[in-house]
Amino acid sequence: MQNEIIRVMLADDDEDDRLFFKDAFEEIKIKTEVSTLKNGIELMNFLNQPKVILPHILFLDLNMPGKTGMDCLREIKSIDRLKDIAIAIYSTSASEEDIEETFVQGANVYIKKPHEFSALKKILEDVITINWQYHTSGLNRDNFLLSL
Amino acid sequence: MKLYLKFDINAICKKVLQEQLDALNIDYSILGFGEVEIQNSASNETVKKLQDNLGEYGISVVESHKSILVQKIKDAIIEMIYSDEKISNEKTSVYLADKIGQSYGYISNLFSDVTYTSIANFIILQKVERAKQLILTNELTITEIAWKLNYSSVAHFSNQFKNATGLTPSAFLRIIDKRKSALQKKN
Repeated sequence: MQNEIIRVMLADDDEDDRLFFKDAFEEIKIKTEVSTLKNGIELMNFLNQPKVILPHILFLDLNMPGKTGMDCLREIKSIDRLKDIAIAIYSTSASEEDIEETFVQGANVYIKKPHEFSALKKILEDVITINWQYHTSGLNRDNFLLSL
Repeated sequence: MKLYLKFDINAICKKVLQEQLDALNIDYSILGFGEVEIQNSASNETVKKLQDNLGEYGISVVESHKSILVQKIKDAIIEMIYSDEKISNEKTSVYLADKIGQSYGYISNLFSDVTYTSIANFIILQKVERAKQLILTNELTITEIAWKLNYSSVAHFSNQFKNATGLTPSAFLRIIDKRKSALQKKN
């Protein structure tokens, strides 16, 4: 159990955000394997391959060209093989409507991208830790909602 | 018509275990607290089959001594939070040390090592989960839930809920309700 590596994935069209995201995980004590994709279309193409190893948790930027984070969320939730992946929305917006709408569509976590790297590290560590408890302690994922 | 269900997790697990063990003709005794003793030497194949079958119910065999101890700590915490009697004000550290038979310092270090979280945070998480279940059954008011879960005040309960989830209890209920009706529309 303690040796299992947590698979983390991010789809974000902003290169800096992808970089900060990866760097943050390098400094977190939990063992993770982070992969990033450049947009929603690339993400859905990846997930829809047969026999692909799915992430434990997927971070989705809301504002992406082509397929938005919301499009991806709806698509993922409509596919049986994918619908159990924990979804964290990772967005510059913190409008109440966006937050509530993504939760209603099945997201588990909503993160407003922080401006400070140290804050980002703290937030990502919290999210991964809590998600891990749901994964390992048989908690009801339907009730997993977290807004940061 | 809607039915609201209440589960006795222990009873369910025990029943599943018995059925699965019987199905493979294994001679066993259930020792309680997540322990099963297999009497005669079952073949590796049978044990493997049993693990596969139990896996479908989300039951897995824990391997190391550390994992077993952590599982016992988790079980003790969950038992404490889910017992229907009001939890006594005895300190949690005393309760856990007593239940596990090790010093609290030892078990809290071990717990953090294995789970990436502290016992204190795990208790908050479990209490908030229990609160979510109670909120969704719509049977108790927020005040009653706060009292049942041993919070000193409604404000303390609401604060801890908000800290742990980022949402107020009422926002949580509203979102889950909306999600359920969105799902019903889809089907």
